[in-house]
Amino acid sequence: MNPAGNAHVLLQAEDLLVHRGGVTVLDIPTLDVFSGQVLALIGPNGAGKSTLLLTLAGLLKPARGRLLFRGERIGNGGFDYRRHIAMVFQEPLLFDATVFENVAAGLKIRGVGRAEIGRTVPEYLERFGVGHLAKRSARKLSGGEAQRTSLARAFVTKPEIVFLDEPFSSLDTPTRDALIGDLERILRETHTTAVASTHDQTEALRLADRMAVMNGGTIAQIGPVAEVINRPADEFVASFVGVETVLPGHVLRISDGVFTAAVEGGEIEAVGDVQAGEKVLCCIRPEHVTLSTNTSFSETSARNVFSGTIRKITPLGLFHRIYLNCGFDLVAYVTRQSLEELLLQEGKSVTASFKATAVHVIRRGALPPG
Amino acid sequence: MQSMDLILEGIQKAIYLIFTLDKEVLGITLLSLQVSGTATLISLFIGISVGTAVALTRFPGRQLVVSLINTGMGLPPVVVGLFVTIFLWRNGPLGFLEILYTPTAIILAQAVIATPIVTGITLASIQHLPANLRLQILALGATRVQMVWLLVKEARLPLLAAVMAGFGGVISEVGASIMVGGNIKGYSRVLTTATVMETGRGNFDIAIALSVILLLLSFAVNAILTQIQQRERPR
Amino acid sequence: MIKWSAKRGFTAMMIAALFLIGMALPACAAGPAQKNLILATTTSTQDSGLLDVLIPVFEKRTGYFVKTIAVGSGQAMAMGQKGEADVLLVHSPDAEKKFVAEGSGVNRMIVMHNDFIVVGPPADPAAIKGAKSTVEAFKKIAAAGSLFLSRGDNSGTHAKEKGIWKAAGINPEGQKWYQETGLGMGQTLNVAAEKKGYTLADRGTWLSLQAKLGLPILKEGDPILLNVYHVIAVNPAKWPKVNADGAKAFSDFMVSVETQGIIKTYGVEKYRGALFFPDAGKKEDDLGK
Repeated sequence: MNPAGNAHVLLQAEDLLVHRGGVTVLDIPTLDVFSGQVLALIGPNGAGKSTLLLTLAGLLKPARGRLLFRGERIGNGGFDYRRHIAMVFQEPLLFDATVFENVAAGLKIRGVGRAEIGRTVPEYLERFGVGHLAKRSARKLSGGEAQRTSLARAFVTKPEIVFLDEPFSSLDTPTRDALIGDLERILRETHTTAVASTHDQTEALRLADRMAVMNGGTIAQIGPVAEVINRPADEFVASFVGVETVLPGHVLRISDGVFTAAVEGGEIEAVGDVQAGEKVLCCIRPEHVTLSTNTSFSETSARNVFSGTIRKITPLGLFHRIYLNCGFDLVAYVTRQSLEELLLQEGKSVTASFKATAVHVIRRGALPPG
Repeated sequence: MQSMDLILEGIQKAIYLIFTLDKEVLGITLLSLQVSGTATLISLFIGISVGTAVALTRFPGRQLVVSLINTGMGLPPVVVGLFVTIFLWRNGPLGFLEILYTPTAIILAQAVIATPIVTGITLASIQHLPANLRLQILALGATRVQMVWLLVKEARLPLLAAVMAGFGGVISEVGASIMVGGNIKGYSRVLTTATVMETGRGNFDIAIALSVILLLLSFAVNAILTQIQQRERPR
Repeated sequence: MIKWSAKRGFTAMMIAALFLIGMALPACAAGPAQKNLILATTTSTQDSGLLDVLIPVFEKRTGYFVKTIAVGSGQAMAMGQKGEADVLLVHSPDAEKKFVAEGSGVNRMIVMHNDFIVVGPPADPAAIKGAKSTVEAFKKIAAAGSLFLSRGDNSGTHAKEKGIWKAAGINPEGQKWYQETGLGMGQTLNVAAEKKGYTLADRGTWLSLQAKLGLPILKEGDPILLNVYHVIAVNPAKWPKVNADGAKAFSDFMVSVETQGIIKTYGVEKYRGALFFPDAGKKEDDLGK
């Protein structure tokens, strides 16, 4: 993935400043949203995620700053811009009408004729899995069905950017999982640009190409997902994103339930139900990584064994965090005892190993042809 | 029992007057409907616009305005009647309009009575909508006008209650109607003022008959509105 | 049957409402001011039904639109004092004389009279039937402590009643047997019938309710019981906005020969007795003699 390289900037925010009740709640010098990509906003409660989303969507007027959509400044009122975007909130916020009428709302607002609505809406109802509920009153939907309707309503107008404010946090886990999967597929199929805020790192991993970590109204770190997670800029980001090594790659070959994924700088073996050529994210928790200083390869049952150098060591309570470079970034935990026994220090060469079963695989869909 | 006989007599008279389409009673009934209907419509235009505007806007002194509206909901009709009369007197500030003792004056007074009721209920209904709904509607690409229209549509059930409250309040009031209308036969006499007059004359049977007709009228209108409102409820 | 939906119902109601209101609009037109005449009179006058006969005749002949505002005598004259009425038809001679003296009214002319009667329970507990005069009858009621209902609303009837108490040297206010209803004549009569008390009433109202009341006449004919009606025009010099021409036309009409004839025969058939006695041209002091 090469986000900054070939994608162009669809939405640009400059010098954003938002006050509320005399307090500065948002202070963003610059922010770029790239076309065709999903940007995840994560951060603790009160970090300003919702405020940022509302401001980017043109629904909240900042005290200072400007937004540029396709290079053009978004004028006062932002009405024209709003016709090119869509937003989904944590609550479905459906109208007191049928599912069909709800999904058609955005089209009706744009003056689309009844005939065309009749053609377009059913397609999107199907796509989001609520086709069989077309005539049902919005009041009688379950949480998941309502949110699907809200999503369909947002996408049917073919927006250029979709803003999502923790759209799944009020749903139970199985419903959420199903919806994330559907949304991920649709975002990928339609190449829709999206900015989504979430609490849940797995959600971010499944949906996002880039991630921004927010804290107290500012962006602590922004960049490709793997980079932010593997190389947190500071302690706050590190503690927030949850330390895990995340390696994007694609499936090279599969044999016997075990597959090999090619990641930048190496190959990893993992267990999972994947297809050849599929894009995957390989996630390894630091506690599953074992370090040793002798160079013998054969004594472990782990299928992933790599040699690398220690980039950085940071203390973490009773143990230490070791940042390794094995051709790709890898993080491991060691106890203070092990640190001293192995005489680990920055710059030292070590052998890192982890089991294929320790790799948590997140599927990212088929690689585009060519 | 004498009073039971009286009531029965009144009901009989009511049926008689309705079925023979008694000209005077018909005229009074029609005028009641027209006057109160017009007043309610006026109060809807003003009430829904002002109520929605106040609900959606933040401005200095908003708290005071909301208190005034809520107080206005309980305005005694006779007080309204007295003040409207004083304003409409020949020598009063609006005397040049020369509408005292006309149905127009009754419409005016009733509109003053009904408007705060409709405004207050609209205000409460719009405020009761989910906080982010306004933003969601804007995010769907709505203009400000479209947004207001959609919000009002979302609040349509309680707004229908506002219509019923406004209409109910004015079709049944008598204090203002007598004062500003003058209860002139065939011209500004409505069901309520006629009932008071007939009672004053001691014609209890006619008074009861008129009351029955008023009740039937009020019930009919509310039944229709309730039908519409209840059709929207989940089945 | 039309399939009812909320939308259809709403549209239907709007159409019906607009239709009704459209019909109301012509009625709302105030009409040219010159043609409007505000007549302030008393509730008992209106309740007698005499005006329902006279006004249409007047309107047809002159083209004026008469707005008859029936209130208490007190309010009627107050309206005249403020220039909010054009002509008055009232029956409170003392107050009327003051009204003219202070310059609020002009062209006061006698129109007709009816009389008051004292009615009470058939049993007549205070034994007023044989009393020599009304004043005496009132004294007897006070002495016996029998229930007496007063209108208590500053109407002409109330004023007459107060005058009789004054002549009797009695102040009934606050006494247990003296109750003020604050209501119109018809209602007060009904209350008296209900509670079996005495009251002072105008003959017209009593006649129209008599059949159902069960309150016989116990004293009548006394000159003090005469109730004289005058028509007074509100002084245009004081209040330029009044319809002076209309007031004059109405006053002339009330004392015209034809009108006086109608007054004489009004209600005779229905109530088996005249309700009013035409007096145009006479002097007030000559009446009852």
